[in-house]
Amino acid sequence: MKIKKPAIAGTLESSDCQVTVEEGEGRIELSLESVVINQFGNQIRRVTYETLERLGVNDVKITIVDKGALDCTLKARIEGAVYRSVGQMEHLPWGGAVR
Amino acid sequence: MNHPDKKRLRRTMMFLNAQKPSLIKDPYIYKPDSIMLDLEDAVAETQKDAARFSLYHALKEINYRGVERVVRINGLDTPYWKEDIRCCVAGGCDAIRIPKTESAKDVKLVEDAVEFAEREFGRQKGSTLIMAAIESARGVMKALEICEASERLFGIALSGGDYTKDLQTHITGTGIELMGARQNLVIAARAAGVQCFDTVYTNLDDMEGFRQDVQTIHLMGFDGKSIINPRQIDIVHDIYTPSAREIIFAEKVVREIDDKKAKGIGVFTVDGKMIDIAFYDGAKRTIALAKASGVYKGDL
Amino acid sequence: MINAVGRDIPEEILEITGKDVFRGNHYFDGKQYKKHGPTTTCVINSNGSKLVSSIHDVLVKCGIRDGMTVSFHHHFREGDYIVNMVMEEIHKMGIKDITICASSLGKAHDPIVPYIEDGTITNIQSSGVRGKIGEAISNGKLKGLAIMRSHGGRVRAIVTGETKIDIAFIGAPTCDDYGNCRGIGGKSNCGVLSYAISDARHADKVVAITDCLVPFPNFPAHISMTQVDYVVEVDAIGDPAKIATGAAKPTKDQRKLMMADYCTQFVVNSPYFKDGFSYQTGVGGASIASTISLAKEMKKRNVRMRFGVGGLTKPMCDLLINDQVDCLLDTQDFDQDAVESVKHLRHFRISAGEYANPFNKGAVVNKLDFVILAALEVDVNFNCNVVVGSDGMITGAQGGHPDTAAGAKCSIVIAPLLQGRIPAICTEVTTVTTPGESVDVVITDYGIAINPRRQDLIEAMKDVDLPFKTIEELRDIAYSITGEPEKVQFTDRVVGIIESRDGTIMDVVRQIKPFEFTEE
Repeated sequence: MKIKKPAIAGTLESSDCQVTVEEGEGRIELSLESVVINQFGNQIRRVTYETLERLGVNDVKITIVDKGALDCTLKARIEGAVYRSVGQMEHLPWGGAVR
Repeated sequence: MNHPDKKRLRRTMMFLNAQKPSLIKDPYIYKPDSIMLDLEDAVAETQKDAARFSLYHALKEINYRGVERVVRINGLDTPYWKEDIRCCVAGGCDAIRIPKTESAKDVKLVEDAVEFAEREFGRQKGSTLIMAAIESARGVMKALEICEASERLFGIALSGGDYTKDLQTHITGTGIELMGARQNLVIAARAAGVQCFDTVYTNLDDMEGFRQDVQTIHLMGFDGKSIINPRQIDIVHDIYTPSAREIIFAEKVVREIDDKKAKGIGVFTVDGKMIDIAFYDGAKRTIALAKASGVYKGDL
Repeated sequence: MINAVGRDIPEEILEITGKDVFRGNHYFDGKQYKKHGPTTTCVINSNGSKLVSSIHDVLVKCGIRDGMTVSFHHHFREGDYIVNMVMEEIHKMGIKDITICASSLGKAHDPIVPYIEDGTITNIQSSGVRGKIGEAISNGKLKGLAIMRSHGGRVRAIVTGETKIDIAFIGAPTCDDYGNCRGIGGKSNCGVLSYAISDARHADKVVAITDCLVPFPNFPAHISMTQVDYVVEVDAIGDPAKIATGAAKPTKDQRKLMMADYCTQFVVNSPYFKDGFSYQTGVGGASIASTISLAKEMKKRNVRMRFGVGGLTKPMCDLLINDQVDCLLDTQDFDQDAVESVKHLRHFRISAGEYANPFNKGAVVNKLDFVILAALEVDVNFNCNVVVGSDGMITGAQGGHPDTAAGAKCSIVIAPLLQGRIPAICTEVTTVTTPGESVDVVITDYGIAINPRRQDLIEAMKDVDLPFKTIEELRDIAYSITGEPEKVQFTDRVVGIIESRDGTIMDVVRQIKPFEFTEE
């Protein structure tokens, strides 16, 4: 999937995270700020890359500001931002690329 | 189609905004019977898309430890409901709540979409239950046809806020404005053999008023109450806890009828009085409530 | 060297500090030692006055010089002006290498961070460090080692002379010109002066700083003129709004109420809940809620408390007003109701030493039946961490936690299983501040774990309808939700030590290291 326009999903509330995606420069560029970076930084990064891979996104600037989100929330916010960026609201691949 | 959970215990159904991670991550610790993950009123118009992703992963990945997961989808007059259904069926929710139901046709529409989604996502046909929320005078008048519209439909719920607006009145706290609707809905539900749930009580500062409200609907025959805060759970469960006398009687009824039926006898007596087979379901329900309330330690 | 809670204390730190490793709560029981007496300057001449016109002048009179130790109390909490006022003057005078020995430091003291950076302050001994001072220490800005002590441990250090205070500064809500201090009255009314009492007894110079000078005699004095060298009057010693806040509204958070309810059910079903029991609790939402629900159970079951200890808040003082407790023993007042309650005849002020010093001939904590505590982390050995945050930053205080937990017959820690994504129950705490041998029960929103060392409590609870689990089960539930957390990354440099009550080393705190991804 190609990131078309900058998009944002999620909030800065506790247990949530805010994900911003923008057009990349030919690769995945992750900027991560997290209140639990010491304990879960590696895991958040891993989940981010896996989620982007499933969505077929390999060219993106992704910024995550994490307030202690669980993996399920992190995935939801990344997918939310990516699908917003391409303007797709329906016929989503539940159980396929989104899982 | 006879879904094993169709008649499960549903004393409390707790509303949660499906897109608030802090709310949906562990509501099961408060032990409601059901949670109602909301895609409708609680979610802002601009967040309808994001809420679905949040909901999908919650359904897939959070272990709700036996608490029933009902999803309130957006209204059939919005552009969202079809994708909502795809999302929650794919996620494997237990049931879908249709808002603003006014006819059997509304239920059928959802039933068809659910069935289609079950096929699309490889879920067993009939595994997703449906409930209908009734929020208008028309809906109240059509209650029976709504209750009988689908095999999947396990119950109906009154939604007091919109209903009282439609009636050109408002929530007073006395319940007077809800009398007709409550009575109608519970009668229709019983006639159709489905469950009936009461509307929310929004004033969290008036726990005494809440208690009285729950006592009223309990006596009216409702199966449970929609709630908006975990603080309301204990009160509802408390009121729905059968008394020791009721439990003892129910136990005797169940044992007597099971026993006599096994022996091929069709006349039942408890404490020297004849009882009817019609007592059986009620007695079973009493035992189930007693078990859920933690007051029944017997072996039935 | 590995200590009794399994922490490896670097030899180098043992050498620098001359301290031993922690060997268990009762290791020094029966130990004999000589108390430290201060160098005292007599005031015989009746013509003199103890009034000095400024902080600067009093520092000169006390002979302030490089390398001295100055002490402070924290009864003004986040409203304290004294520490900043004194340290600013010391800084202006160009004095270096000061050791601050405070009963606690908080965000109110953020302004002294530059003095840490420029070498005015090179050592800090405190029971807690919050805010920017904690960050400065964790980032390695303090030249010496920070020493974190419990309230009881601090008094022990002062009484034994391990910490020799050169000048003690005592913020006094009311004071006369001869140095009789009271915690009650004035603008900065904090109720009691418990933490300052050992300082006044053992410091070489004692300076009372007040914003409410009253005619002699300011009796009954909480700290006597016999211990005070000088009195300074200033415009304000604190911000009353932040000293004793209004009573906290009882929580409406169902999670906290649920944990409070579990706690009360545990307490009333335990063998210690009977007429004449004793109890202490903290100021967290769940602690306060459990006091409120306990009061109801006491009434229902017709059980009376003999004494309550604190750190007091309104719900504890209500027990006195409602005649459900014989007396309260008070070391600190957290809200206006507690400050007011000090006037009550059966509300007694006690010193921090009486409260918790393990090197007394006994302390009040030893007579406690129950203490209800909180914790940032608890591990599967029941070790608690109340000082170092999940980001590795120093951000809390031992306070009376290790003292009361060690003393009470039943120490209960209440903690929600998850703080955001951080599991409160873990395999190994970041830093041990209270040893697991002191902690009997952990109550979470997901269940209750009894320390296997307490088979008697496990036995007593076997028919009680509460959600009991093992501590490992609680940890596993937490990890199943959050994923298993990685350990915080630190550098090798030790920036502080966590001292046990008895002065041995419980754990060390290392300098923080900026996070780096370790996976490709």
